[in-house]
Amino acid sequence: MNRVVFINRKDLLGLRCMCKKDLQLILDSVKPFKNIFTGSIKKVPLLIGKTVATLFYEPSTRTKTSFEIAAKKLSADVINITINTSSVIKGESLIDTGKTLEAMKSDYIIIRHFFAGAPDILARNLNASVINAGDGFHEHPTQALLDLYTIYENKKKIENLKVLIVGDILHSRVAKSDIWALTKMGAKVAVVGPSTLIPANIEDFGVKVYYDLDEAVCGVDVVNILRIQFERQQENFFPSIHEYIKFYQLTMKRLKMAKPDVLVMHPGPVNRGIEISTEVADSSNTLINDQVTNGIAVRMAILYLLKHENKKEFNV
Amino acid sequence: MRIKIENIRIIDPLENKDFIGNIFIENGKIVPKLTNNADNVIEGKGKIAVPGLIDIHSHLREPGYENRETIYTGTRAAAKGGITTVFCMPNTNPVIDNVPTVEFILFKAKKEGLVNVFPVGCATKGSYGLEFSEIGILKKSGIVAVSDDGYPISNSQIMRRILEYTKMFNLPVISHSEDKELSKNGVMNDGKNSTALGLRGIPKQAEEIIISRDIMLAELTGGHLHVAHVSTAGSVDLIKQAKKKKIKITAETCPHYFTLTDDIVKLDDTNTKMFPPLREQKDVDAIKQGLADGTIDCIATDHAPYTLEEKNQEFDLAPFGIIGFETILSLILNELVDKQILSLSDAIAKMTSNPSRIFKLLKRGSLKNGNIADITIIDPEYHYEFKKEDIISNGKNSPFIGRKFKGGVVMTIVSGFIVWHI
Repeated sequence: MNRVVFINRKDLLGLRCMCKKDLQLILDSVKPFKNIFTGSIKKVPLLIGKTVATLFYEPSTRTKTSFEIAAKKLSADVINITINTSSVIKGESLIDTGKTLEAMKSDYIIIRHFFAGAPDILARNLNASVINAGDGFHEHPTQALLDLYTIYENKKKIENLKVLIVGDILHSRVAKSDIWALTKMGAKVAVVGPSTLIPANIEDFGVKVYYDLDEAVCGVDVVNILRIQFERQQENFFPSIHEYIKFYQLTMKRLKMAKPDVLVMHPGPVNRGIEISTEVADSSNTLINDQVTNGIAVRMAILYLLKHENKKEFNV
Repeated sequence: MRIKIENIRIIDPLENKDFIGNIFIENGKIVPKLTNNADNVIEGKGKIAVPGLIDIHSHLREPGYENRETIYTGTRAAAKGGITTVFCMPNTNPVIDNVPTVEFILFKAKKEGLVNVFPVGCATKGSYGLEFSEIGILKKSGIVAVSDDGYPISNSQIMRRILEYTKMFNLPVISHSEDKELSKNGVMNDGKNSTALGLRGIPKQAEEIIISRDIMLAELTGGHLHVAHVSTAGSVDLIKQAKKKKIKITAETCPHYFTLTDDIVKLDDTNTKMFPPLREQKDVDAIKQGLADGTIDCIATDHAPYTLEEKNQEFDLAPFGIIGFETILSLILNELVDKQILSLSDAIAKMTSNPSRIFKLLKRGSLKNGNIADITIIDPEYHYEFKKEDIISNGKNSPFIGRKFKGGVVMTIVSGFIVWHI
């Protein structure tokens, strides 16, 4: 079987600065981990004795649970720290919180934060491995890696696939990480959404921009739908959910314009009947649940692959 | 105390002089010759003497924020940078909207300061942008300009009245040009890099809209508008057009706006965060062009010291600002003079004769006889690396740490006293 090679980095902060080689390495490493936890063994002692701390400054159920399961399947001990945002702003600094966790001998810190760059600051100040579980509008690398793997698993390739990302690109860390990963791997990425929610300069990164979903969806291999945040309406990015649905809901009628074997993905949680119709959400093209399963395998791979002392190479 | 500086290259932009000769200082003044033998003879061979540099935009933080900087530490950092006169902005605590605060600053500067300190007063009470401060009384107590630096005056009617009212006192109104709604929550330039970093952007138009408005109000009132820290190509263009129309407008920029772009912004390096934010290469080029053609009159530091704790946090939470006293001259030499954007004399004018003229500083900004002996001595061959441990300012927040320079200040003289030398 495959011999696993480590990624030569302590932290996973984002995909913009990751090379294609490492992305491919991660893709190639996921399968054995998926076999472990979907098979009969379920648990391996690869990270036995290691402590994984999740430090979440924003609410999350699926990402946190996914990391927790991934760590436990590798036999690590997991501690969860959920921070009440208001008490943090007036209290302990991020760096001090991180140092406290390190003093408790956490080997990995998985952080979600409402500010871009919070994981970068932790990583610079700590010896522990820092994994970004979503920071502001910056990156959500493990989500993009699981998206990438899910596409790879189904299409057996990434190169030259037409991938469309729908919705609020401006405020989406998932979209950013997806764009970096997919373009590096040679996919043809397009985005579609209201012009207020598409960054003006996104084309500079090799992404095609559409405002009309009917036009954008034609002939695509993958549609990745983003969750729409209701508060963007109050911030005057679009006039109403009603109008958003009219222009940007992925309906069966619209999906029919894509390739017949189109994959539909959504990072969750889904607003049924808003960005995606229930019919599409439940269709056979939709991989939302596969994404969740793959998320665990991808996070197991990441926990294992990051450079960390006392880790022995292993053969699966 | 009599000082003779001999065989030195003397550059005096106001007098349009550049020659090798001697400078004589007696009783704190520049004199044509000494009445008796010099107490101190300084060999100036290979060095350049220029009028003491005037920095028209700085934050000394005292009173109120002495953890960031004090008049004591700030004026020492200024002296090291060859700066003999600093203007301190009024966003202290209390703000400089009252006579006692002006008097306190002047008293502290006299007692503990190494260089001249001229306060800038608040344009409005509390810098709230609602009612004028007592501008006339503040002028009598020693302010050289008014500004609500950091808190732009959003109400056009109030800005209009301030430009009208200051006219009779001959006081420039320094405008921190920022449309607060457009810049809201922004932490860096709005562009490709803000998209990539996931940081909220500040469009250039946030600066240009207010400059446009203020130019119109200066035209309406005949008041003197001085635009602080110009950072965009569009702003340079607006100011150039206004000058063509003979509107009373002057402008400054800072070294980082002709040196750095937003390509250097990093999520874990908040020394790349300042206001206005670092822009793009085309803006850097336009700022240089604006300096070359005279659109931008002055170069100032916007020296804004912060503590390590304030800067060492999430990019969104860290305050805007960088220190500047100790690097300004070397940056001007390396980025403008060596790159032939400006002649040495024209570059020095941006920190001497021009600020002296614009803010009507008597007997400063030139080396002519009878002037106060504020002199900066430069060694064009002084090679050094700007290291964090060498920083004198209380604030260590500089994006230039680690940069290697050729040419720097080797001696600073204020009122005939050597206040700093290597």
